[in-house]
Amino acid sequence: MTVGLPHFLTIGAALFALGIFAMMTRRNAVALLMGVELILNGANVNFVAFARYVDGGVDGHLMAAFVIVLAAAEAAVGLAIVLAMFRNFGTVHVDTVNRLKR
Amino acid sequence: MLSENSILWTALSILLLPLLSYVIIFFFGKKLPRKGDWVGVTLLFASWIQALRIFVTFWRHGDPQFRVEGAVRWLDLGRFTADAGILVDGTTAVMLVVVTTVSMLVHLYSVGYMHGDRRYERFFAFLGFFTFSMMGIVLSNSLLLLYMFWELVGLASYLLIGFFFHKHSAANANKKAFLTNRVGDFGFFIGILILFTAYGTFNYLELFAHMQVAPIGGALLTWAGVGLFMGCIGKSAQAPLHIWLPDAMEGPTPVSALIHAATMVAAGVYMVARLQPLFDPSAMLVIAYVGSITAFLAATIAVVKTDIKKSLAYSTISQLGYMVMAMGVGVAGAGMFHLWTHAFFKALLFLGSGSVIHAVHTQEMPLMGGLRKKMPITFWTFAIATIAISGVPFFSGFYSKDAILAGALAFGWIDGHIVPFVLALLAAGFTAFYMFRMLFQTFFGKPRDMERYEHAHESPWTMALPLVFLAVLAIGSAGWKGPTDGWFGKFVAPYDMEMIVAQYGPAGHDVQAEAVHVEAETTEGHAAETQADEHAAVDPHAETPAAVHGGADEHAVAATHEGGHEGGHDVHHKAHNTAMILSILTAGLGILLAWLTYMRRIISAPAILARLPWVHKVLQNMYYFDELYAATVYRFTLWFSWLNGAFDRVVIDGIVNGAGYLTRVLSWFSGQIDKWVVDGLVNGVGAAIQVSGEGIRRVQTGRIQTYLVYVCFSILVLVLVFRAL
Amino acid sequence: MADHILSWMTFFPVIGAAAIAFVPRERSEVIKTIAAAAAFVPLVLAVQLFINFDRGITDLQFVEHYTWIKSFNIEYFMGVDGLSVPMVLLTAFLSFICIIASWKIDKAVKGYFALFLLLEAGMMGVFCSLDFFLFYVFWEVMLLPMYFLIGIWGGPRKEYAAIKFFLYTLAGSVLMLLAMIAFYYNVTDPVTGDHTFNMVHMMDQANHGGLLNVNSARFLIWMGLFIGFAIKVPVFPFHTWLPDAHVEAPTAVSVILAGVLLKMGTYGILRISYPILPDQAAAFMIPMAVLGVINILYGAFCAMAQTDMKKLVAYSSVSHMGYVLLGMAAMNETGMNGAVFQMFNHGCITAMMFLCVGVIYDRAHHREINGFGGLMTQMPLYGSVFSFALFAAVGLPGLSGFISEAWVFMGSFQVHRTLTIIAALGIVIGAAYVLWMLQRVFLGPKNDKYDSLPDISAREMFTLVPIGVIVLVLGIRPMIVVDLMKTSLNHLIKVVSG
Repeated sequence: MTVGLPHFLTIGAALFALGIFAMMTRRNAVALLMGVELILNGANVNFVAFARYVDGGVDGHLMAAFVIVLAAAEAAVGLAIVLAMFRNFGTVHVDTVNRLKR
Repeated sequence: MLSENSILWTALSILLLPLLSYVIIFFFGKKLPRKGDWVGVTLLFASWIQALRIFVTFWRHGDPQFRVEGAVRWLDLGRFTADAGILVDGTTAVMLVVVTTVSMLVHLYSVGYMHGDRRYERFFAFLGFFTFSMMGIVLSNSLLLLYMFWELVGLASYLLIGFFFHKHSAANANKKAFLTNRVGDFGFFIGILILFTAYGTFNYLELFAHMQVAPIGGALLTWAGVGLFMGCIGKSAQAPLHIWLPDAMEGPTPVSALIHAATMVAAGVYMVARLQPLFDPSAMLVIAYVGSITAFLAATIAVVKTDIKKSLAYSTISQLGYMVMAMGVGVAGAGMFHLWTHAFFKALLFLGSGSVIHAVHTQEMPLMGGLRKKMPITFWTFAIATIAISGVPFFSGFYSKDAILAGALAFGWIDGHIVPFVLALLAAGFTAFYMFRMLFQTFFGKPRDMERYEHAHESPWTMALPLVFLAVLAIGSAGWKGPTDGWFGKFVAPYDMEMIVAQYGPAGHDVQAEAVHVEAETTEGHAAETQADEHAAVDPHAETPAAVHGGADEHAVAATHEGGHEGGHDVHHKAHNTAMILSILTAGLGILLAWLTYMRRIISAPAILARLPWVHKVLQNMYYFDELYAATVYRFTLWFSWLNGAFDRVVIDGIVNGAGYLTRVLSWFSGQIDKWVVDGLVNGVGAAIQVSGEGIRRVQTGRIQTYLVYVCFSILVLVLVFRAL
Repeated sequence: MADHILSWMTFFPVIGAAAIAFVPRERSEVIKTIAAAAAFVPLVLAVQLFINFDRGITDLQFVEHYTWIKSFNIEYFMGVDGLSVPMVLLTAFLSFICIIASWKIDKAVKGYFALFLLLEAGMMGVFCSLDFFLFYVFWEVMLLPMYFLIGIWGGPRKEYAAIKFFLYTLAGSVLMLLAMIAFYYNVTDPVTGDHTFNMVHMMDQANHGGLLNVNSARFLIWMGLFIGFAIKVPVFPFHTWLPDAHVEAPTAVSVILAGVLLKMGTYGILRISYPILPDQAAAFMIPMAVLGVINILYGAFCAMAQTDMKKLVAYSSVSHMGYVLLGMAAMNETGMNGAVFQMFNHGCITAMMFLCVGVIYDRAHHREINGFGGLMTQMPLYGSVFSFALFAAVGLPGLSGFISEAWVFMGSFQVHRTLTIIAALGIVIGAAYVLWMLQRVFLGPKNDKYDSLPDISAREMFTLVPIGVIVLVLGIRPMIVVDLMKTSLNHLIKVVSG
């Protein structure tokens, strides 16, 4: 069995769906961030796969590299926010941090 | 003997030296040794010398028509021009000597009298200022300038009457003096305006010439004359505006002597004498009556006054009445002559009374008595002045008063108006009576207040010297002759109108009121005739200006002259003798009665007064003039000003505030409409949005998870929808 | 500075005001010094103007003419003639004096002096501008500082007075605005054929068209202008803002109000109404003379009824402005020259009176005439100076007021004889209320309550003596100022009398 484009797309879709699921269900902020990472990586898989099988250029790789950098930055900022949240509220549970809502 | 040019410069120096004295003493007086009194005395002495030089020049010249005029352009608007100038003639020369002599003596006298006063230097400054202003009146050559200095002497008088301003009475008196004068000045100003509007000039001589050529038509001329005369009524304290002069005695006595006896109050007389050609016969009649009534009323009041200065004040009013009457009956020369003699003996009387007051510290005659031995110089000089004013022959007052009475009698005989003469004659009797009453009460008899008597003493030489000097003048200043036949005729005579017209006539002159010209020309012939006729009747010497008015018609003038000389001389001569005899008799009678009443005590004054209580009451209250004005003029003015103020506050401001209030009410209404209707709509929309927002708001939970669910569902729905398409 | 002397005079105070804005509020001495300097420069320029002004010609001088707002033909057009020069001199002089007189202000110093300088700029601009729009702008510019100066630094009823002043003047401005717009649309520039705000073009009857050829419309425009200006003068019955504003305003503001602002009303009539609508002016002579007489007598009687010194002086202003109206109504040489000279003199004399009232108010903290008495003993120097001012107000010969009043009477007597005689009663009433006040405040026995009052200070003398000297010098040599204006005024008379 040769590994073709559909396999990659399936894995990408699975990663994306897992990420979405994690973000929908988890209340822990760290877990939410991890969900975001899953979504981003799902997208990355798709980029690379399309670059390999459809386009043939380096555009997809480039985009993937860009997304990785962005994800790193996002994680750094996100974790910093989580940290600040913990300091201020003593919890990382997003449901309980709802001061702006009222 | 001075040249014409140097006469002008000398006159100017007489005007400015007192001003210099004022400036120096006013600004530097406190720093000068002796507070600068010597500055005033010295400068006044200098201007007295200058005045004498002018006087001598005119004496030598001997021509009353000799006059010197010099002027500089002062105001210039293009068409309107006015000069500031000096006019020196015989009349001026006489006045210059009167004013400088009295002023210099009063300066000297004040050194002793005002000694130790807190505002000593101010007093001398104000005296200088007064003398300057008075000189301005004497020297000015135009009505505008005359009016200006007229007001300035009013100010000087105000300042000096109120010199002891910390007394309520003085503060009231100076205000009264100024305001009463202003009433007179109101008329004066209107008179000036009438003449200016008609002829476009203020210059005396030009006015005379214009008047001669084209008299103002109708009653306006009379009104102009009466207006000018109102200035005289105010300044020379004639009835009914005489009320300020007795109150003005609140000022220091030297001031009373200088301003309110000798000089300023005579300014009105001087003005009328100088402006003779501007008064028409009707105005002259008014002047004659006002003068004689004043002379009589004031003399009667003087009889009952016990305050020595008040009594002298009424005496002054009475004597001024004589002078004014002289103007009215057409013997202006005699009036000026009386001004001359009166200035000296009345100044002497005031200074003498000041010397007495200085010694006994009271002005009430009943508290004096027997001062003859204590104050010999004062007594003798005072006695001389008393004799002079009473009209005893060989004293100066006799000659001048006699001339006036003669003129009045002639006027009465010719013109039928005998009342002025009768009143004047009665006044002469009263004058002799009250003056001797004053003399007897003050210097004779037993001292009534021993304490005051003990303290009395003769005054220092600075005060005594002026008394002696004035006493000499009181005896001899008339020169033992009447005004027309004596030396005085060299100085004062009626204007030679033909000469003036030739010199100052309106040839090519820009006359502002051409309309008046035309009007005048149409009535000219008629006016000339009637006026000439009237005139011939009025004045035997063709002295009055009436002849002047008729002068447009040469023939009429000639006729007047002839007619005047024909019968007039005779009448005048007869009047002179009759008047002299009558005046000596009445004066003698007055003196005799005074002697009987106050020396021999044969006639009891209280008994007579008890018989006639209402007479006494009326006289004591000065004919209720003050009360009358208080009840009418003052009251009306205050009430009217109150009314105006209230009107302004209540009505006009009420309207303004009412408009403001109305606006506010309206704005409140529109505010309510805005709030409930317009704003209601706007708020309604807002509220609706808010309510719906409340509902929709629930959708927004703020949980990312919820949003994700929405997103996923939406995508699902969209996929399904697109699938279906 | 020599080229644009009028602009410098107008805008230098604005520069001063801007400079003051950068000074910290604590440095009040610096602020005051800057203000004095900013007001002094226009004064120096005014002297230069006085020296260089050509007295023999009727043309406008020191003209500055630029386009400002092209689309509406609005121009920056400044220039002076004999009518405006005396007013410009008066403004520069009194503004400087008033800055010095305000030295004791300690409340919000910065704002006060900045506003004062703005006020000066506005007044100066009104007297210099020859473009109606520019005139109107300056007219309004001057209102605002005045409002605040009364409303913030005023007395107990300052809000009422300030609002009354503002609304009254604004009502006048509205009428003026309407007249201005009417002129704009009915006057054409002879060169370009466009509508114009240029007053010089407006004065030429050949440029009039449209409504301005309709007599009734001309009358309405005249009335609008007249009422607009009359409120400022103030002419009876529009005068009641004046006593209130004067009583509440601080001393220096009262001085400016009476000394300069009132003149803007009569100036406006002479600058705008007379030459642009000469026919209406000639037809309005008698009503104007009647109003003048009412002003004279009514103001005098009202003054007599007052017990507040400042209110008395305020009503005396009403009375004295009546002389100006009467002289203007005569429309002849002596009348007009007298009227404008009276404007100048009243500015000086009333300034002295207000400054004097301010002196006593600073010390005794009240102005009740009956509450004083015998002050001449306690404060002799002050008494002398105040008496000088009061006698100047009475129209004493030798002081400037006399000449102008005499001219007014001479002029109007030729035209309105009876009215003049009635008006002349004003000289009696005028003397009465002044002397009565003088007596109640200064004469009589000393009031022990005021034993500790110090006499007038050197700074106060510094503000009063220059004005006094001017009043005296002009009383003796009036031609110094009259020479400036007579040529232009005689020309104006020719225009009005056709």
